[in-house]
Amino acid sequence: MLKAVKPPFPLKAVIDMTKQDPEGYLGAARTSMEKAGVKVGDRVRIETLQSTFEGIIIPRAEIGSDDQHLVVKLDNGYNLGIRVMHIKRLKRVAKGAPVKPELPTTSIKTKRGLPWISILSTGGTIASRVDYRTGAVNPALSAEDLYTVVPELGDLVNIRAEVLFSLLSEDIQPSHWTELAKRVAKHLSESEGVVVAHGTDTLGYTSAALSFALQDIPHPVVLTGAQRSSDRPSSDAALNLTSAVIGAAHGPFAEVVIAMHRTPDDTSIALHRGTKVRKCHTSRRDAFQTINADLLGEVIDGQVQMLAKPSNYRSRDSKRQLRLQPEFDAKVALLKSTPGIIDDHLDILIDRRYHGIVFEGTGLGHLPQSLLPSVERAQEEGITLVMTSQCIWGRVQMRVYRTGVELVQRGVIPLEDMLPETAYVKLMWVLGQTQNPDEIRACMLKNIAGEITDNTRRSQFQETMSE
Amino acid sequence: MTKIDYEKVGLLVGLEIHQQLDTRSKLFCNCPTISREDNPDFVFLRRLRPTQSELGKIDPAALFEFQKGRVHVYENYDDTVCLVEQDEEPPHPLDSEAIDIALEVALLLDSQPVDEIQVMRKIVIDGSNTTGFQRTLIIAFGGALEAEGKTIPIQAICLEEDAARKISEEKSQIRWRLDRLGIPLIEIATGPAMRNPEEVVAVALRLGQILRVTGKVKRGLGTIRQDINVSIKGGAIIEIKGVQKLNLISNIVKYEVQRQLALLAIRDELQQRSVKASKIKNKIHDVTPLFQRCTSKVIRGALKRKEGIFALVLPGFATLVGRELQPGRRLGTELADYARFWADVKGLFHTDELPKYGITSEEVEKLRTHLKVSRKDAVILVAAEEESARAALKAVANRAKEALKGVPVETRGPLQDGTTKFARPRPGAARMYPETDVAPVTITEKRLERIRNQLPEMPEQKLQKFREVFGLSDELAQVMIRSLRIDLFEEIAIKHADVAITAAATLESTWRSLDREGVEVEKIPEDQILIIFDKLVEGRFAKEAIPEILTWLASKPNQTIDGAIKALNLGGLTREELVVIIDDIVEENQSMIRERQKRALGPLMGLVMKQVRGRVDGKVVSELLNMAIQKYLK
Repeated sequence: MLKAVKPPFPLKAVIDMTKQDPEGYLGAARTSMEKAGVKVGDRVRIETLQSTFEGIIIPRAEIGSDDQHLVVKLDNGYNLGIRVMHIKRLKRVAKGAPVKPELPTTSIKTKRGLPWISILSTGGTIASRVDYRTGAVNPALSAEDLYTVVPELGDLVNIRAEVLFSLLSEDIQPSHWTELAKRVAKHLSESEGVVVAHGTDTLGYTSAALSFALQDIPHPVVLTGAQRSSDRPSSDAALNLTSAVIGAAHGPFAEVVIAMHRTPDDTSIALHRGTKVRKCHTSRRDAFQTINADLLGEVIDGQVQMLAKPSNYRSRDSKRQLRLQPEFDAKVALLKSTPGIIDDHLDILIDRRYHGIVFEGTGLGHLPQSLLPSVERAQEEGITLVMTSQCIWGRVQMRVYRTGVELVQRGVIPLEDMLPETAYVKLMWVLGQTQNPDEIRACMLKNIAGEITDNTRRSQFQETMSE
Repeated sequence: MTKIDYEKVGLLVGLEIHQQLDTRSKLFCNCPTISREDNPDFVFLRRLRPTQSELGKIDPAALFEFQKGRVHVYENYDDTVCLVEQDEEPPHPLDSEAIDIALEVALLLDSQPVDEIQVMRKIVIDGSNTTGFQRTLIIAFGGALEAEGKTIPIQAICLEEDAARKISEEKSQIRWRLDRLGIPLIEIATGPAMRNPEEVVAVALRLGQILRVTGKVKRGLGTIRQDINVSIKGGAIIEIKGVQKLNLISNIVKYEVQRQLALLAIRDELQQRSVKASKIKNKIHDVTPLFQRCTSKVIRGALKRKEGIFALVLPGFATLVGRELQPGRRLGTELADYARFWADVKGLFHTDELPKYGITSEEVEKLRTHLKVSRKDAVILVAAEEESARAALKAVANRAKEALKGVPVETRGPLQDGTTKFARPRPGAARMYPETDVAPVTITEKRLERIRNQLPEMPEQKLQKFREVFGLSDELAQVMIRSLRIDLFEEIAIKHADVAITAAATLESTWRSLDREGVEVEKIPEDQILIIFDKLVEGRFAKEAIPEILTWLASKPNQTIDGAIKALNLGGLTREELVVIIDDIVEENQSMIRERQKRALGPLMGLVMKQVRGRVDGKVVSELLNMAIQKYLK
């Protein structure tokens, strides 16, 4: 939903169509439009060497398309590109009407007896509407929009909606986590649960960040997104969103979780613990998987079903006092060990005065021997060094092989079964709370938000999960 | 029905031909373009939502489907279906082979290719596309084709992805198979320029021919589908979608004209009777108590299930509901189509057909008295659970109101005999927006030049080749050029020129007579048919055995030709074996030979063939038999 798939053209182009700039058109195409006094959105007649076309000039994607074609939407709905070179005459037939959403919006009526849930958007389109006249996909962000686009929401909860950012998820920075955490905390004081709509690329990082920044939350915080853009009838957005809302309103837990499809079916929405979840597929609806832990629960047939025992999650309690610790230290790097990695990679981080480095080591948690001098230097510079594994599944164990022991001797902290991405976020957060090396070490090794588990179970590996 | 003067009624027909292309891979992924009949490996389940901006002017049928909460179950094969068809991965770049074929067809039809292809998403939420839209693109505009001495304009040529195949449909779910989804389809739309059924057939044939000369289109049932748009003066443009059999076209057009004329006549009659839309009330009566002792199976079944009997009055409609619109289909049938589409009911009764089906005239009278309606009015009855019955009768009332206006605009589907059935309300203007996951494709002059230089022979050139190179008679060559199996014929003829005539006769006259006899020849895989001719040339059996072999294979499509030869006892006879058989027969019929002399050949031929049919060429038999008779007579 947020960003889910790239918008058809830069969103700006869609919104600015009223300004009638020659959106996306450059070079020859732009010149021909300017000469004819034609703007995007205008209805035009184009005579080419062979034919005559009539239709509306459509914005052109600025990136990845040439400047040799005008794109016209014909009355039969089809778009086609006409080569500027082939145009004999270009004439405006009618001025373009400003593009504005033509839809009735549902007015919001507070329904007594229904819980209040906040929906915060971080960007893109949590839900969208398509303007078939121009083909533009416009985001639907306000509470009114949400009710209109996903009317079932109105039967489930009362919504408070807030648009925080308009960011693609790959552009989310640690500073946004801080801001988001503060807003979520505010909403948690008013609502019985908070849903955060977010692009899926970095959804796992944000869920980890909120898991640490929001301590002792009284109600659920549910992050969700979509793997198929919300403009299409097959989108997973609506089911993910309604399930996230159901999870936030009725889940018995007070945890930060991600709600996304559990399988390719539109049947069950998985609830993943925010620190144990990773995007493991580029495009499938069930891209998010719980790693090194068991699934917390699912939303199925509109009901929350917990899969974890009550002792394994914090229960909802509206009296619990939330502690907000939203500071993150962005001077942390995640470094993957590869054959061919050289000490330069590490030295640069040391020279640039990074405060912490998360290694994504090979196997049980290793780096090439050749890096040991640089690791030693990093330790001397007081940089916090932690180790996770690029295997994704499993636990690091740095006593089995000599390299591991040598790294530990140089101060590298093995982070058990913590995901590299979670470790990266956690280290930023820990460094945002304290500079005391002993506290940092203790904090990194302490299970704060379910990021470290005591046992690794057979059933938690991908191959056995699909059995 | 009297003969229709098509000119007078102002018939206009347009055709839209959809033909699967025989590409190596699908339009937006690298999966093969094959259909499968074996059991799927796995299924998944989805729901489609009408997208937001459609609310208000939403496709009512689509919204209805969504509200019913019907789910779509998609069947998959691990090895021939990928995440693209499953809507779990963005589409790959447009298949360039498909573009080339479409451009080739465009050039053959004098159509003007577009400069830059833009892929569109056309919203379709009946579940036939996992995405909820069909990817489609315009490849060329304009052009024309000649048929029956007339020039028929081409409106546009498009490429689109074929939809998933419907396997079954139930109340709560529809099952689809994803093997077909994504196979490239070329769509050729003609202008509404045909003015009688014969012209429509001629244009369909000609378009089919042109598609087949490319040699790059799929063959066999279901690989070509036509949508036929029929309108008459005062009627409506009715789209009849998904016609698979060419020989239905003429009847479909004829019956649709009949239907529209009949509906217009009903409208006029209703006007004469001063029936107004406002008189058709949506009031639905529960008449269950009147039918407590009814012997009708349907009604008793409903009562047993604790359902009810519900009635709707159509004032002034008496005799009209029973009026025939098409052979075997009445206005009542159309009302029932609507009832079944919009509600979960099996059908309805109407007073024009009663008493019948176990409903007595007393019961009809009681019904009329109870509802206080006269003999001029018609009553519609539905036996079902209350909510469904009400929805059904509401749909009937709506359709009845349309009868006052004439022909309702709708999409219809073909039935076996060329009559048609309501399929769905006509969708509004196509809802299309750009498929931004696929980059536009510029069509360069260089590409067009390459295709232009390799254009296939047009049918006329092929005709000449069939006569001169393959030795077909004029008549057979003409038949072959129109044949659906022209590619297959050429393949066989090129490989085995000496059996070209047999191949042509087999693929046309034999084929058609077997088809008439109910042999499902379409089911035989094409490679099997090729092998038949390989084996014929090898002398494994005589050409007379071909119909028998085809019949056997049609019922056992998974068996081999060798299996057929064995099962049918077709192992070829040696000359010596044949001579022994002939000698025996000559000996047994000496008196006849003496009596009839040389004319005994005919009857004796029959006796010999009875024993050896299919195992040896009749020509050889006649030759040897003739020799044996001569010898005897000497």
